[in-house]
Amino acid sequence: MNHKMVFNMLGRIIILEAALMVLPLVVSLCYGEKCTLAFALTILIALAVGFLMWGIFRTKNHVIYAKEGFVIVALSWIAMSAIGALPFVISGDIPSYTDAFFETVSGFTTTGASILNNVEALDRGILFWRSFTHWVGGMGVLVFIVALLPSISDRSIHILRAEMPGPIMGKLVPKIKDTAKILYLIYIVLTVIEIIMLLCGGMPLYDSVVHAFGTAGTGGFGIKQSSIAGYSPYLQWVIAIFMFLFAVNFNLYYLLLIKKFKTVVKSVELWVFIGISVISSVIITADIFPMFESVSDAFRAAVFQVGSLISTTGYTTADFNQWPELSKAILLLLMLIGGCAGSTAGGLKVSRIILIFKMVRRELRHLLHPRSVGVVKFEGKRVSDETLNSVGVYFLLYVLCFGAVFLLLCFEPFDFETNFSATLACFNNVGPGFGLVGPASSYADYSGFSKIILSFAMLMGRLEIFPLILAFSPSTWTRK
Amino acid sequence: MNIIVVGCGKIGTTLVASLVSEGHDVIAIDNDPDVISEITNIYDVMAICGNGTDSVVLDEADIEKAEMFIAVTGSDELNLLSCFIAGKMGAAHTIARIRNPEYNEKSLGFVRQQLGLSMAINPEMLTAKELFNILKFPSAVKIETFSRRNIEMVEIRIKDGSPLDGMKLCDLRIKYKSTVLVCVVQRKDQIYIPDGNFVLKSGDKIGLTATPAEIQKFLKALGVLEKQARSIMILGGSRTAYYLSKMLSTIGNSVKIIEQDSQRCLELSDALPKAVVIHGDGAKQELLNEEGINSVDAFVALTGMDEENILISVFASMQNVPKVVSKINRDELAALAEKMGLDCIVSPRQITADIIVQYARALQNSMGSSVETLYKLMDGRVEALEFNVRSYTKFTGKPLKDLKFKSNVIIAGIVRKNKIIIPFGDDVILEGDRVVVIAKEQRLNDLSDIQ
Repeated sequence: MNHKMVFNMLGRIIILEAALMVLPLVVSLCYGEKCTLAFALTILIALAVGFLMWGIFRTKNHVIYAKEGFVIVALSWIAMSAIGALPFVISGDIPSYTDAFFETVSGFTTTGASILNNVEALDRGILFWRSFTHWVGGMGVLVFIVALLPSISDRSIHILRAEMPGPIMGKLVPKIKDTAKILYLIYIVLTVIEIIMLLCGGMPLYDSVVHAFGTAGTGGFGIKQSSIAGYSPYLQWVIAIFMFLFAVNFNLYYLLLIKKFKTVVKSVELWVFIGISVISSVIITADIFPMFESVSDAFRAAVFQVGSLISTTGYTTADFNQWPELSKAILLLLMLIGGCAGSTAGGLKVSRIILIFKMVRRELRHLLHPRSVGVVKFEGKRVSDETLNSVGVYFLLYVLCFGAVFLLLCFEPFDFETNFSATLACFNNVGPGFGLVGPASSYADYSGFSKIILSFAMLMGRLEIFPLILAFSPSTWTRK
Repeated sequence: MNIIVVGCGKIGTTLVASLVSEGHDVIAIDNDPDVISEITNIYDVMAICGNGTDSVVLDEADIEKAEMFIAVTGSDELNLLSCFIAGKMGAAHTIARIRNPEYNEKSLGFVRQQLGLSMAINPEMLTAKELFNILKFPSAVKIETFSRRNIEMVEIRIKDGSPLDGMKLCDLRIKYKSTVLVCVVQRKDQIYIPDGNFVLKSGDKIGLTATPAEIQKFLKALGVLEKQARSIMILGGSRTAYYLSKMLSTIGNSVKIIEQDSQRCLELSDALPKAVVIHGDGAKQELLNEEGINSVDAFVALTGMDEENILISVFASMQNVPKVVSKINRDELAALAEKMGLDCIVSPRQITADIIVQYARALQNSMGSSVETLYKLMDGRVEALEFNVRSYTKFTGKPLKDLKFKSNVIIAGIVRKNKIIIPFGDDVILEGDRVVVIAKEQRLNDLSDIQ
């Protein structure tokens, strides 16, 4: 284990976070709010801690292996959340540090689960930071570091692999640095397009930027108590469409840019994603139609909610807690599936679901014809048994961790629906669940212990479990 | 530059490593998924699993944007075919590894022209040439030539009791009245670009540059000049052994090849009528003694196994063979072997990678600047480069002592018309000169980079 390299990277991450916090500092300065001081203070603390770590842990040995990649990613995310929570506490907007940590983790992991009962009372600077964490966490901080800094190690791929969601991480171009740059460029361009489209619909600049951050990271922190419900149908449509766009594999946008349209059209994951979205929207529209005045209203609400939950964003235009059971069940399944691999969305990922179905089919065929030899193909390529195995193990681990978190939450005096959907919503980085954690309410009523558990559930969901487990298992750290 | 490498075996992997460290965008193609995952874990490259002759795979690798396409799979035919297809699909320069002697002798020129190959590379042949140079000049660990053999760079090791032990470099010139320049010193794991006050110690490996005649004179004065090897024993009848024996027998040396496989022995004795081919296991000391290992001038270990080469070379050194050369492909083993006292090691994969990297650098600079020759010394940590001085070079006409060079850069030789200058402080660089520069841990693309 290359400890020095791990903590050196951690120092760099904290310095980067200080740099990123300059943006909310400027925003709060513009509005002349009291939280300016909180940001200034946090930046100083972060710089001190960051440079201290960077200075102490210097090493010439830059070689990292897969395990260092996992540990760097897990520790960075925890450290970032711990420091990112400070402005909330210092400004007094969220007095309890546990609550602030929950809120920040929820931001960075693009969950959007909030403990705030009255969002509109907060400073604009603080709300900006809250949404900005979505944008930063969406594509990943370490991806940002790799794109920005001069090459740290030839093996930075291990860091990227640990941070980017999805079963297979493919490079777009030969150099990892260029790949990271391209991904961020696509991310920035899409965000800017969304801001412009929201501005065209008459949304104020501040609101547009904050909502674009929330959509791009598939986070879901709003600045209104009613989330998106108060905005015009045009704005709701824009946000709905962008939620779908950000849940698509970013590699496809690159392929579009280099004019490889055929490969994009042939993408199985894309078509399955579109299929699931269209079918769910149609069924829900039919199901909730009696509750709305017109078909177009019902359709818009259905599409918005489908986009919001399959992309694991968590914006709402209607309280889906009140919807019929069928619609709720479909929405619950959508939360579980999540977006495509290589996007900013959470959940199990469409590609994993496809692979699991293919493995099940191969197994069934094997039972019928015990001597048959089956090869699983995905996107026109043979998937190695190693990858299939890791998909299977990931799914098992997912179920196990999910069960553990759910069990720990059951100490709370809430009903089954609330606890189950809270676990699901946090684990899949969605945000709002059903029952008492539905769109109209918040996580404020949970105890401090449960909030910590849920924070880790969110981190596990975003980083796909393995990094966190490895970072906290003793055998990673011992010399054996 | 965008470079595609097909085949990630021993040579392919070294090539990928060198090209990545040069900063190129490398795409590697191999049909073994394990190799692919291994190579993406270690190097910053994109790797595609597939056949290098498959146009779909080549298309996925963006072949039309590739400036260089290098095919180094184990099969000559596959390399030729994939280079041909790549050339047709838009790759600018294609390089194929062709090692079968039947292709290399007569038909190669024709095949190269017909298939539009930019370069055909034969690692075994290159290795044999390197070995041939070493055997011609056994005092040196390694020998490189610059400027059409006008300047030589020789690596030697300072043995215990050598007059050089404890000598200051500025005294060296006065004492031996010679114009050799010590331009690089390796001491344990450290490499120094020395100045006049540097003191040499026994155990150091030093790099000298001078004209060939001066070097001969200097080594004679030192008392380490050994005569050219006349009788040579080669272990292992590989292709390299074939090329080497052929070169050695044409200049009249006696060659003995020991090979285990009887079929291969027959082939060799058919192709090399002048050489003595012995059928037997060269790992057996009895056999080596019987064949007179203690009376040969040089012993060359060329089996396919690095470990076997090292062990038998150690045995040969113990039998007081004056010159022992071993072929070792893996870098980590080469370092170990050096610790065991084997100085003279050739690595076919490094030789091949150097040639291709040199080609890539020349290609990159084709717009005016010029790396004429490039060698990697001291395990690849030091580079020796030869440049042409062009009109835009700023520091022409100024004495070298007035110029401020980057640290770890030294000018080792200047060729002006046919005159060789081993430079000192008062010498100047003029337009039209050719300059040999030694640089440690720097990547020079042009002569102007040294300032």
